[in-house]
Amino acid sequence: MLEIIDLHASVDDKPILKGLNLQIRPGEVHAIMGPNGSGKSTLSHVLAGRPGYDVRGSVRFNGQDLLNLTPEERAWAGLFLAFQYPVEIPGVSNTNFMRSALNQVRSHRGLPALEAGDFLKIMREKAALVQLDPSFLSRPVNLGFSGGEKKRNEIFQMAMLDPQLAILDETDSGLDIDALRIVAEGVRKLRREDNSFLIITHYQRLLDHLRPDIVHVLMDGKIVRTGNDTLALELEEKGYDWLKAELA
Amino acid sequence: MRGDLTNPVPDVNEHSEEELLLNQWAEQDYAFGFVSDIEQDIVPKGLNEDVIRWISARKEEPSWLLDWRLKAYRHWLSMPTPEWAHLEIPAIDFQDISYYAAPKAAAKLNSLDELDPEIKSTYDKLGIPLEEQLILAGVAVDAVLDSVSVVTTYKEKLAEKGIIFCSFSEAVREHPDLVRKHLGKVVPYTDNYYAALNSAVFSDGSFVYIPKGVRCPMELSTYFRINAAGTGQFERTLIVADDDAYVSYLEGCTAPKRDENQLHAAVVELVAMNRSEIRYATVQNWYPGDAQGIGGIYNFVTKRGLCQGLASKISWTQVETGSAITWKYPSVVLLGDRSTGEFYSVALAARAQQADTGTKMIHIGKNTTSRIVSKGISAGRGQNAYRGLVKVRKTATNARNYSQCDSLLMGDRCGAHTYPYFEINCPDAQVEHEATTSKIEEDLLYYCQQRGLPTEEAIALIVNGYAKEVLDKLPMEFAVEARKLLAISLEGSVG
Repeated sequence: MLEIIDLHASVDDKPILKGLNLQIRPGEVHAIMGPNGSGKSTLSHVLAGRPGYDVRGSVRFNGQDLLNLTPEERAWAGLFLAFQYPVEIPGVSNTNFMRSALNQVRSHRGLPALEAGDFLKIMREKAALVQLDPSFLSRPVNLGFSGGEKKRNEIFQMAMLDPQLAILDETDSGLDIDALRIVAEGVRKLRREDNSFLIITHYQRLLDHLRPDIVHVLMDGKIVRTGNDTLALELEEKGYDWLKAELA
Repeated sequence: MRGDLTNPVPDVNEHSEEELLLNQWAEQDYAFGFVSDIEQDIVPKGLNEDVIRWISARKEEPSWLLDWRLKAYRHWLSMPTPEWAHLEIPAIDFQDISYYAAPKAAAKLNSLDELDPEIKSTYDKLGIPLEEQLILAGVAVDAVLDSVSVVTTYKEKLAEKGIIFCSFSEAVREHPDLVRKHLGKVVPYTDNYYAALNSAVFSDGSFVYIPKGVRCPMELSTYFRINAAGTGQFERTLIVADDDAYVSYLEGCTAPKRDENQLHAAVVELVAMNRSEIRYATVQNWYPGDAQGIGGIYNFVTKRGLCQGLASKISWTQVETGSAITWKYPSVVLLGDRSTGEFYSVALAARAQQADTGTKMIHIGKNTTSRIVSKGISAGRGQNAYRGLVKVRKTATNARNYSQCDSLLMGDRCGAHTYPYFEINCPDAQVEHEATTSKIEEDLLYYCQQRGLPTEEAIALIVNGYAKEVLDKLPMEFAVEARKLLAISLEGSVG
């Protein structure tokens, strides 16, 4: 589904990703862990197409050259990024926003636009999935939401757009235990054999709920170790220093 | 949010459904730039007393009205052109304009079927279905093509309630006393340069009278369209709401694409008696000219309402997306005690457009209240100025005003300017003013794009969100059109 080969990215001539390789197959849940400043968020934004990065390397997404696509084309192709810092859009209700987005995505996947009634039905279902209060649907996107509410709204949007590959950029940061469980359950319910997740996190606790198939450690712009979920436990216990020492 | 854990099936409130519907309707260059091939009855170019006499005679006006026109004309001759606005207005050759153009359809129309098919198709292209669709929508339309009111729907039904809704010319013929009583009382011909010009040469417009205690059962609507080349449109609108009456009035405007500039100098006067309310909404989409600033309408309009009665209310809402130059300050004179004035505005200046618009709230009566919400949008090389005056006279004890002026900038070649003026002569007045200037941030666009919205749709969404407080004041059909216009007008504004 996703194949990253020798990916480099820099901002203002400062290299951040330095030859990253990663392969994700359909149905897999991958976790990327790593110390602050290792390039985790940069990876997510380079994949989503945020402007401002100088990018080299190859990224194939379901056979397409991902790096040649605009951010919206990547979304149409089935890539979703749950933002670490979701933006606020004054005056635009979640409902309106999601309806525009979903119909765009659908039209590029060869599906007809949804009638208002059908859309509302889907929206109710997905909101229930992440236990999002219905009042949030008519409120402006993220405006006045708490940090946790914003994150839950990201998972709601993910559920609405039904991506092939969802990247969760530190979605667990700032969540209390209940919210964390709800987010994790939402992801679990959305998991299928034909979609994949890339979970970027600092903490083991989200991974307790999600049970990733594969755990990677990102350090200094490269994946330095790949293992199963015991690797995450080991990191949680011992931190990153032992790994640094081992690599040195 | 937490409280919802026990209620896993959320319900969507009505507001969202309405919004959905709105958006569904709102999904599509200047779409209205066609020219209709209708036989025109045009007075030769030029302005002098003979032309004014000709217009007045053509309309079979009483002598008092001709005298008033001539006084206005003589006064206009003595006035200098106003130059205080933040506008670059090329010199206008007033002798190079034809002051009257009417479709040649002399016979009086008894029904819509008799309307010239070409005029009808003009309206159809504009998406103004004069027939079933509008009737279904419950809107009565007084359509003004160039200078003459072509046909007025729904008149009979309104007449049952004693409501008068007709062309200005007809009002002069049928209700001369009402016209004479109010014409020029809110905007005297001495008021300003373009109001004087309009008073001298106005050709037609709309007249509304709502009798005592009557709530107008439908939105009244006028559609203006400038069709003939080289003509000016000088319409005159007068709306009077008698004691305890209510009316909501809508006007929409478009014009064909032409390389020369066309002048539109209208006057609108509103009079609200005791406890009455007038809501006046405009969606203005005159041809804005091209990206180089060639062509487009000069929209120099004087709009003013007089809250004459106790606890009366006048509310202006405007969405200004068109015109090469807009010079317009819909105002309210708060004469009656406890009267209220409101001004809600979205003004967009893209391409090479210039807009200098705002309002005046003149507090005279006691316990009067005014509210101003202005949302400016500048893109391309557009220049957008808000100019507002809040004046509290000595007599206006306990006056209150709230003003909010926001500016949104897109790109770095456009400009936004805010000129708020306050003249407070009563010590207990409470006046609040807030102003913000913002840009559409790259991160906001990126977020929308990541959700699958192409740049232009993302911008349309963001801008509509920014203008929501004002758009929400429009009746639904107009809100749909206004959203569409904002989106269309900004196409290509951000690369």
